[in-house]
Amino acid sequence: MTETIKTDVVIVGAGPVGLFAVFELGLLDIKSHLIDILPKPGGQCAELYPEKPIYDIPGFPMVTGQGLVDNLMKQIEPFSPSFHYNEMVEALEVLGTPEAPLFRVRTDGGITFETKCVVVAAGGGSFQPKRPPVPSIEDYENKSVFYAVRKMEEFRDRTVLIVGGGDSALDWTLNLAPIAKRVVLMHRRDEFRAAPHSVNAMRDLVAQKKMDLVIGQIAGLKGDNGQLSAVSAKTNDGVIDIACDRLLPFFGLTMKLGPIADWGLNLHEQLVPVDTEKFETNVPGIFAIGDINTYPGKLKLILSGFHEGALAAQKVQRYVYPDKKVIFQYTTSSTNLQKKLGVA
Amino acid sequence: MTQITFIDATGQSRTVQAENGSTVMETALKNGVPGIEAECGGACACATCHVYVADDWVEKLPKAEQMEEDMLDFAFDVRPSSRLSCQIKVKPELDGLTVTTPEKQG
Repeated sequence: MTETIKTDVVIVGAGPVGLFAVFELGLLDIKSHLIDILPKPGGQCAELYPEKPIYDIPGFPMVTGQGLVDNLMKQIEPFSPSFHYNEMVEALEVLGTPEAPLFRVRTDGGITFETKCVVVAAGGGSFQPKRPPVPSIEDYENKSVFYAVRKMEEFRDRTVLIVGGGDSALDWTLNLAPIAKRVVLMHRRDEFRAAPHSVNAMRDLVAQKKMDLVIGQIAGLKGDNGQLSAVSAKTNDGVIDIACDRLLPFFGLTMKLGPIADWGLNLHEQLVPVDTEKFETNVPGIFAIGDINTYPGKLKLILSGFHEGALAAQKVQRYVYPDKKVIFQYTTSSTNLQKKLGVA
Repeated sequence: MTQITFIDATGQSRTVQAENGSTVMETALKNGVPGIEAECGGACACATCHVYVADDWVEKLPKAEQMEEDMLDFAFDVRPSSRLSCQIKVKPELDGLTVTTPEKQG
């Protein structure tokens, strides 16, 4: 893909704070594109605690993580933001000046944006696959160890060891079994979280001797130059070697700061320092709101992120519409704002 | 107050006072005990507060619920003594509890 999307603002992270920033920017006629590494909006709220009740959102005595996300999505609907899921912002390049900022933002999926401002609402960083803590696994990654199946052909006629007990592990076991030379599924216990029908289908394949199931855990990797030849596994019968040339570990996600560290922003203990007037970083035109930022007295609360987004939007407006007279308006009384919300 | 001892992967031990009603994970964070990340903040959603409970305590703790067992699938080097410390509630009966943190939370 070579298309370049021109926009006012790119918001990095579609968690609650990134979503509400769309609202505050939208009221000021500023169009946003949101980028998130997850396949859905909501960030931690949707990924870590969709069903957990949250008690400290003003006006909501109780709302679940998913409930809050659903409401925010409804609230920003009038501004029809563009979402780019399953994408991680890989590179950020400064094109403009401090007075008239302009940035080129590129995702790992190859989407390029040219944007006047960037709002980093990346929370605890990007969700990335958990890496089994075995020595030198990095040497094998993307050569013979993969954390996702991007191309099934990569696994054709291979001996594939899949590790895990959830839906990803079971789904890929079933999908790859017909094309792989052999699939071995390894899990720490003979009980699976995955959907029962997939578990049954897997057990059928094992009964028909079309694949193998091992109860055990990864202990080490064997191979050369990134090419895996076997995985040693801790089982109840001691440590065994499982011959394989592809490994797919599925251990869920963890949050890592990721490429944000390379964007030229000041960092303090993996957080981005901002001022408390505009929530702008050391790079004019780049803002940081929500859990990713830090300033004296910072509280990692969703409500703080909402406030930060509102204030950042005011400064973004000055960059996007430098000649516009700024008039502060309320949604309760301004016909102009109500029109934008589709209620007037 | 209830005393809990945390031993890290290098063998260093720290004994701290834990508030009854809080969790072992919260106790660790409050006291700056390293080796527990608790990325999800105690929602039983990340398995980065994995600990090994001392052998003589394994039977004395309430058994892990299904959700905790399922989440332990995301931890590494899981043993019969493995627990998620956000799911262990501190109470007076746990006075003297000892847990070891793994080398890496993943």
